[in-house]
Amino acid sequence: MSYNPHTEGDRLKMLEQLGLKAVEELFQDIPESCRYPEVDIPDGLSEMEVKNRMKQLSDRNQSADDALWFLGGGIYRHYIPSVVDAVLSRGEFFTAYTPYQPEVSQGTLQALFEFQTMIGELYGMEVVNASHYDGAAAMAEAALMALRCKPGRKEIVLDEGIHPEYIQVMETYLADSAAVIRMGRADEASACFITANPSFTGQIRDLKALGEECHAAGALFIVHADPLASAFLERPGACGADIVTGEGQPLGIPMSYGGPGLGLFATTKKLIRKMPGRVVGCTQDAGGRAGCVLTFSAREQHIRREKATSNICSNQGLMALAAAVYLAALGKEGVAGTARLVYDKTAYAADALNSLEGYSVDRSHPCYREFVLNCPAPAEAVAHELQKEGIFPGLALSRFEASPYGADFKENQLLVCVTEMNSREEIDRLAKALAGYKGGSK
Amino acid sequence: MNQNGISSLWELSSSGRRGVVIPRSDVPAAELDDKYIRKDAADLPEVSELDLIRHYTRLSTLNYSIDTRFYPLGSCTMKYNPRVNEQTARMAGFAASHPYLPESMAQGNLELMHELQKDLAELAGFKAVSLQPAAGAHGELAGVLMIKKYHESRGDTGRTRFLIPDSAHGTNPASVAMAGFEAVEVSSDDRGNIDLARLKELCDESIAGIMITNPNTLGLFEEQIIDVISTVHACGGLVYGDGANFNAIMGVVKPGDLGFDVMHYNLHKTFSTPHGGGGPGAGPVAAADSLKDYLPGPLVGRSDNGSFTFVQPAKSIGRLKAFNGNFGVLVRAYTYILSLGGNGLKAASESAVLAANYLLSRVKDVLPSWYDRICMHEFVSSGQSLGEGVHTMDLAKRLIDYGFHPPTVYFPLIVPEALMVEPTETESIEILDAFAETLRVIVKESQDQPELLHDAPHRETVSRLDEVMAVKKPVLRDIGRI
Amino acid sequence: MEIRYAKTHEWAAKEGDLYICGLSDYAQEKVGDIVFVELPETGAAVEQGAPFGVIESVKAANDLYSPLSGEVAAVNEALEDEPELVNSSPLKDGWICKIKSDDASFSALMSEDEYKEYLKGQDD
Repeated sequence: MSYNPHTEGDRLKMLEQLGLKAVEELFQDIPESCRYPEVDIPDGLSEMEVKNRMKQLSDRNQSADDALWFLGGGIYRHYIPSVVDAVLSRGEFFTAYTPYQPEVSQGTLQALFEFQTMIGELYGMEVVNASHYDGAAAMAEAALMALRCKPGRKEIVLDEGIHPEYIQVMETYLADSAAVIRMGRADEASACFITANPSFTGQIRDLKALGEECHAAGALFIVHADPLASAFLERPGACGADIVTGEGQPLGIPMSYGGPGLGLFATTKKLIRKMPGRVVGCTQDAGGRAGCVLTFSAREQHIRREKATSNICSNQGLMALAAAVYLAALGKEGVAGTARLVYDKTAYAADALNSLEGYSVDRSHPCYREFVLNCPAPAEAVAHELQKEGIFPGLALSRFEASPYGADFKENQLLVCVTEMNSREEIDRLAKALAGYKGGSK
Repeated sequence: MNQNGISSLWELSSSGRRGVVIPRSDVPAAELDDKYIRKDAADLPEVSELDLIRHYTRLSTLNYSIDTRFYPLGSCTMKYNPRVNEQTARMAGFAASHPYLPESMAQGNLELMHELQKDLAELAGFKAVSLQPAAGAHGELAGVLMIKKYHESRGDTGRTRFLIPDSAHGTNPASVAMAGFEAVEVSSDDRGNIDLARLKELCDESIAGIMITNPNTLGLFEEQIIDVISTVHACGGLVYGDGANFNAIMGVVKPGDLGFDVMHYNLHKTFSTPHGGGGPGAGPVAAADSLKDYLPGPLVGRSDNGSFTFVQPAKSIGRLKAFNGNFGVLVRAYTYILSLGGNGLKAASESAVLAANYLLSRVKDVLPSWYDRICMHEFVSSGQSLGEGVHTMDLAKRLIDYGFHPPTVYFPLIVPEALMVEPTETESIEILDAFAETLRVIVKESQDQPELLHDAPHRETVSRLDEVMAVKKPVLRDIGRI
Repeated sequence: MEIRYAKTHEWAAKEGDLYICGLSDYAQEKVGDIVFVELPETGAAVEQGAPFGVIESVKAANDLYSPLSGEVAAVNEALEDEPELVNSSPLKDGWICKIKSDDASFSALMSEDEYKEYLKGQDD
């Protein structure tokens, strides 16, 4: 298969125009000893063969659509309305470049502007950028931004319940700086305090109290907030958040083995010049017609080079479009309703599993979408057993090694995830299967 | 509402109107302390499904895209995005697979990643590849951090400076700054190459490495690349390859053979995955023996029993992204490699270079290339030959009137009034001819009727926008404002 | 009023006990429409030739370098809302800050004539 339209005649015509005999002559600047090496990649296939091969690979994976699914841990199975992929499949959107030429990019620009507005509504924040690679990268960039905003302060302080892989990403991003990551509460040496709502283990946090404590220490308050949960839980913006980050995957984006996701990033007007990433603004042309344009570009790498606020040069444009379509399709009531449904189902599941003999859930604090189930046996073994029946009961937390900044997870802890996709009957089946686990009943 | 009748989603909204309806709850409502609950609902749109589809369909028509027009953006490789890639990425085993699946239940994904790592490494002559980075700049950050860790692990801690040619993308200096290095600019010589004499002066024990885009952003292959690399190696520095322009050299030369230590690929350029209006991309990073143990992890390896498994390189710089890279983009790129094969990839590069030289030869008498050499997959001209008082930006905007997307303009920075054209291999000779003819017409207009260029574009929904107002009176989210 | 210039295009002039500083007419013209000025903080110690602020146009952001060594005594808060004053009145209403400095630092700068001569070599 080739997408090359040049016929032999075209090639000859082009070579003739150039006064050349063979295309190889165009590569004479390349050192001869290295020119035209052996390349051990098989010849191309027909489209039919390609699809067969890809189908074979795809079939060797477990699709969540063919199982009873309670596995989350940062990537979630939510319902994706048909309209989302219908819009994303329009070539005018997905084959467009970054909208640097606003006159011929108003479609992408207006869609991103509306995306920014919707995320701003969910988070209660003034400024939302046009997105980052994923939630983890957004959080790491937020930490770097806090260091820029608070010169002289070198600590990045993490609340308990930050996703272990996010912490790993932050460690990589901060490898160079003199910054120190620690767990606890902010003090006068802290550039920022970062909390997640809900936390990695599904705990709903008291943002107001955490924000006040953080600001009393003079640190920036950073909240990593789930955008769907934010339609039901208190907005970070109403609790004094200086920066809000999030993973937008729950908003109409397939799990796709963990990527592409959608890094959300919001801040206040006051801090806009310290913000990384591109942002869309609305302005006018000479005729007074409203139009959108990429703005505040003087912060960015293509202008500011080594003094830029980040090296980021792309965004997750198409994923931001997916989130916008998702939010608009469900609308005001549908998004709030889904967010509430997830809460109710999580509570139902937590209570149901807590009542099982040998299992327990700490119900002393509220949880959203996920909760830790203490199993009577290693969680890995429980999950393994249930998977044989096509039930994925959750994530065994023992997979995460103990980190100096993260929680120390126990072998018998299973992180159970419940979304609007799980019916009551499915939750009951999960409970039954857990109860029937051979080490499960006393 | 703007001029051609595209309202904002909020202007289309009516209180109580529903689009997609959610299922009724089948569980009891649960209690929650008031302090955790938001007080007022987010003011999201309330539109019908038909209005929603019309809204986005209309918006889409305001975009130029590869599907609708020639898109000669230099350095961006706007080639055709094959439809089969879109279909394979949506196969349920890929799209509905979860990153925390047990490895035994994700063998298809792992095999795909393993094969893609292998093919990318083979194509560019490297030992190992990490698929983690989500974009080119992310790959750059990875590579620079790898070089940093390499020096540190040898106790070589005095290397604080990184060399960047003056023709480089802005991401290069920004990436080295993020990794804590001082960016030191290297000038170009009068043939558009890195100035070797200047490089030799700069190379000392304070140099951690150099970032080289080859072919460079002038569309030229570095004629002294072997000497450049050996000069940097001789002072103890390592060499980073920015693979932004890899589309010129697939199957023609392997950067690993030239002595590069680490390089990133832009799957959204060279390997045909869509740009998506700004992303998502993917920027896998490859390493030679010197750096393969430092790659960001995890990578996919193969066990003795033939199964595929995640492995962490011995001295890895760590993780750059949660989960497994932009996997959906990787599926598309692998589909493309299977479709073209080794032979097709080489043919693609040859055609891309032939097309660029052909196009240049059709316009060089009116828009001479800045360096008079054979170009690779793109060429850089200057708008200085336009009529009095007419700038490259005017030419770019006038191209819109003729139905073409403008080329990259004002980059690279070292060419005044730069105009950077990359046709790619997927455009027919008829399109190249039509574009060349249009450029010629516009150059003539710039001399005879310059006002046509100054006011361009004339037919779009909006004309040139007031970017000063956009910053001074920022409107970054404002319901119903558009 | 004697006005003296730095090679980085900032000017300074004596005003009472202090020196008033700004961006030269030549530089504001080069930068184009100024959309934002990041001012130094009052009370901050500044060093001649070291960055002490940023001037931003739509397509560029440039560091401002302190023309003098000393301490920032006042900044032009009007620039927060009207950064365009640097364009319209670079030597007067568009002043950037006042610095408490010594005469040595001031006399190290170029005179107006020297600066004019210096500018001749700037445009190529």
